[in-house]
Amino acid sequence: MDRQKDVLLDIQHLHTGYRLGGKFYDAADDINLTLKKDEILAIVGESGCGKSTIAASIIGLYDHKNTKVTGDILYNELNLVGLNENLFDKIRGNNIGMIFQDPLSSLNPLMRVGDQVAETLYYHTDMNEEQRHARVIELFNQVGMPKPEETYAMYPHELSGGLRQRVVIAIAIACKPEIIIADEPTTALDVTIQAQILDLLEDIQRQSHSGIILITHDLGVVAETADEVAVMYAGQIVEKADVKTIFEHPLHPYTRSLLNSMPQADDEDAADLHVIQGTVPSLKNMPRTGDRFAARIPWIPASAHEAEPVMHEVEPNHFVRCTCYKEFHFKNEEGVQA
Amino acid sequence: MWKTVLRRFLIMIPQLIILSMLVFLLAKMMPGDPFTGMINPNSDAKEIARLRQVYGLNDHWWVQYCRWVGNMFHGDLGQSYIQHVPVASLIWDRAVNTFWLSLLTVLLTYAIAIPMGITAGRHQDEWQDQAIQVFNYITFAVPGFVFYILGIWLFSFTLGWFPISGSVSASASGFWGVLGSRLYHMILPAILYALITTTTIVQYLRTGIVDNKVEDYVRTARSKGVPENVVFNKHILRNSVLPIVAFLGNTITGLLSGSMIIESVFSYPGMGKLFLDSISQRDYTTLTALILLFGILTLLGNLISDILLSIVDPRIRVK
Amino acid sequence: MAKEILQIKDLRVLFPIRSGFWNRITDYVRAVDGINFSIEEGETYGLIGESGSGKSTTGKAIVGVQKATSGQIIYKGLDVTQARNRKKLGYNKDVQMIFQDSMSSLNPRKRIEDIIAEPIRNFEDLTTDEERQRVQELLDIVGMPSDSIYKFPHEFSGGQRQRIGVARAVATNPKLIVADEPTSALDLSVQAQVLNFMKHIQQEYNISYLFISHDLGVVKHMSENIAIMHRGRLVEVGTKDEIYKHPMHIYTKRLLSAIPKVDVEHRDENKRRREEVEAEFQHDQKKWYDKDGRVFPLQQLSPTHWVALPKKEVQAQLKEEK
Repeated sequence: MDRQKDVLLDIQHLHTGYRLGGKFYDAADDINLTLKKDEILAIVGESGCGKSTIAASIIGLYDHKNTKVTGDILYNELNLVGLNENLFDKIRGNNIGMIFQDPLSSLNPLMRVGDQVAETLYYHTDMNEEQRHARVIELFNQVGMPKPEETYAMYPHELSGGLRQRVVIAIAIACKPEIIIADEPTTALDVTIQAQILDLLEDIQRQSHSGIILITHDLGVVAETADEVAVMYAGQIVEKADVKTIFEHPLHPYTRSLLNSMPQADDEDAADLHVIQGTVPSLKNMPRTGDRFAARIPWIPASAHEAEPVMHEVEPNHFVRCTCYKEFHFKNEEGVQA
Repeated sequence: MWKTVLRRFLIMIPQLIILSMLVFLLAKMMPGDPFTGMINPNSDAKEIARLRQVYGLNDHWWVQYCRWVGNMFHGDLGQSYIQHVPVASLIWDRAVNTFWLSLLTVLLTYAIAIPMGITAGRHQDEWQDQAIQVFNYITFAVPGFVFYILGIWLFSFTLGWFPISGSVSASASGFWGVLGSRLYHMILPAILYALITTTTIVQYLRTGIVDNKVEDYVRTARSKGVPENVVFNKHILRNSVLPIVAFLGNTITGLLSGSMIIESVFSYPGMGKLFLDSISQRDYTTLTALILLFGILTLLGNLISDILLSIVDPRIRVK
Repeated sequence: MAKEILQIKDLRVLFPIRSGFWNRITDYVRAVDGINFSIEEGETYGLIGESGSGKSTTGKAIVGVQKATSGQIIYKGLDVTQARNRKKLGYNKDVQMIFQDSMSSLNPRKRIEDIIAEPIRNFEDLTTDEERQRVQELLDIVGMPSDSIYKFPHEFSGGQRQRIGVARAVATNPKLIVADEPTSALDLSVQAQVLNFMKHIQQEYNISYLFISHDLGVVKHMSENIAIMHRGRLVEVGTKDEIYKHPMHIYTKRLLSAIPKVDVEHRDENKRRREEVEAEFQHDQKKWYDKDGRVFPLQQLSPTHWVALPKKEVQAQLKEEK
């Protein structure tokens, strides 16, 4: 029961489909996830796997005309799916904060950065203008801004990429949200800046006990920061476990292939990198039945796959989709042929 | 800021010198001169030659140019060859008329274009947007004079709501009477003219809104819990207005050149009509003065645009 | 010892800063501030740097799209910063470039055939049939189906487009390819494909690469010799082992410690190590940079290893290591 108490967000059977030529295609297909207090949950996958779709669905920021969301996203007995927009505006920025990928385009070029942080406070607190200003300075200090007072009156283009991302983080944490969603927060940054921003996120989380959903394509970032990991392929979660298990004892063929295709600074041999055959299917051409990854590992016999792959709890808290992992092996010395 | 403005003014000096020389030389290169028209079998060739000598038309071009520029500094734009009144006062009378017509047109243009642009951008691809697009295509495609003549035919001739020509009725008296008569004469040309000029502004605004709607910073604003109407007015709209601000100077100078057609069609005694008249009458002094004036206004219009843009857009704000 | 294909000597690219009332040049942005290195035949030379380090400007200066302010780029004994020499040597044919963003670097209105054939048309006189055959060969090399020639860039995925970019770059049988962040925009599995292709093509045609990247993992995978660039200068030059195992300059150490490692077991240690290096870096800037905040000149440590530190600092570092 204790476990249950700490659950911040409970996503069940989430389907998010986009309209393409009159039909809806699920970009996130039957997603089940929970985010707990004090936890960094990483959703990792390549572009088009549906990881950002999940983020958009949670925070309700999608084109309502061309998107269909079904299932449940439960936050404190409140279902965020289909929630009234006025109510949602009270939650966004207040209970759920969001950090985006590109800090330059994420900030309004015509507004002073301090005012952009203060705007969040304006809509969610009773603070007067002075108090808001003081709180922004406090936030700028918290996110490690070198000169908070001066920075307040600056415009986004006057700040470096790292400082801009600190502004975006200040916006996200302004109202001390319980949930922070970070969508590729360091992808547009240099490695040294990336390290600083990730450390900052960890610090914030430790202080506020919030839960962070970290969406990224970078396995290194996941290994350094996450507690729990969900690996996604073609709209589905294919493997889910704690971070140690994912990296030290991965089971799903996709997780294993991805880890193998990573060039590492501390790897010794300069042999060919592992290549996953074929390409990620587009949303319209995604197989909707059978194992979606089967086409990329054709040397594994069809009999190894389940007809309708489901998640199996192979050990406590380690879930793998399909049974094919049992028979999976890398194609010997599979090199360039793609 | 003032430094940049001052620098821009200084840069305008060589631009103006080159412009005035070009204007002067072009006028000189045109065939004929003000006395050509007077030549007839009865005219005294010696008299014409004497007049040419008196008016200095036989001097070197640069002597004439320097004299022209020198006089200009004293507010003397020369004497109109045709109407025999000082060009300065001739232009002044007309400029006042054009100024009022242009001002009314600008106000009407923005009053019409901004709501239209916002509606089209906000309801992108819906019926409102499509209707506005159709309207835009029509005003864009139909030549101005056809549009004006149709307008006159419909509103003045058929319906009799507005006068067909002129700027103020001769019988009007008293301050309010004259003002009313002026407005009454201006309203139809201004509306018709404004409708034609809205096209670009509507397009700019619509495209701006459509582009900005999907920008990341709008998503950030929404993620902060900012209500949708505030997101639109504060974030989307302000960014979408930038191109219009940049276009403001052009609009003003564009109105001046466009005024030739509208003023001719409505026989409205403004600068545009004066310009066309002075071309057909080969009234050099008036013509050169007008071209120079249009040139200066264009340069000023660009300067105003740049200054306004640097005020509203911090990215190009100068320290 | 392998033959050097290209030598960069004291290359500088400065961009003027204008200010004041008369808009006069008051200072320069030292994008590339006097760098030296040489690339050997058939090798991949890695150039690492963060954004704004001047690495891309260096690449552009080498292919000649950015004019060098001073310094020399020696190819076959002649200085190719002179347009005359470039022409004489056919330098523009021998040196090609691969860009980061494959979408914007391929003309969207042209078919793949024309895109790949463009450099061939510029430098060779082939009949239509010969040209088509050559394009097919090139597509074959990068593993693209032969019907690709009729398609447009947008019909391909990012990885495929980058392979088309590679095909275009190798179309003229170049001796050197400058690859500026060729895989930064790609997914992991696609990056692996492109990197493998680049290696295979290198072996087959004995091409040299100047591999420019911010990604230390990728550079290590591709290169033997590496230079680290920072504030327009080289802070450390060495073999792969020297750079990754015995980094001398604090900046190199900082970069290495900042790479996220797939090593969950030791992630707290890694973080502590990273914080130590960062503290050391912040603590004494005077030790690492000269009084103007610029990188020191390079000092030689071994035949292949150079570091930008004052002599006494180098000795102190070496002592510490022993």
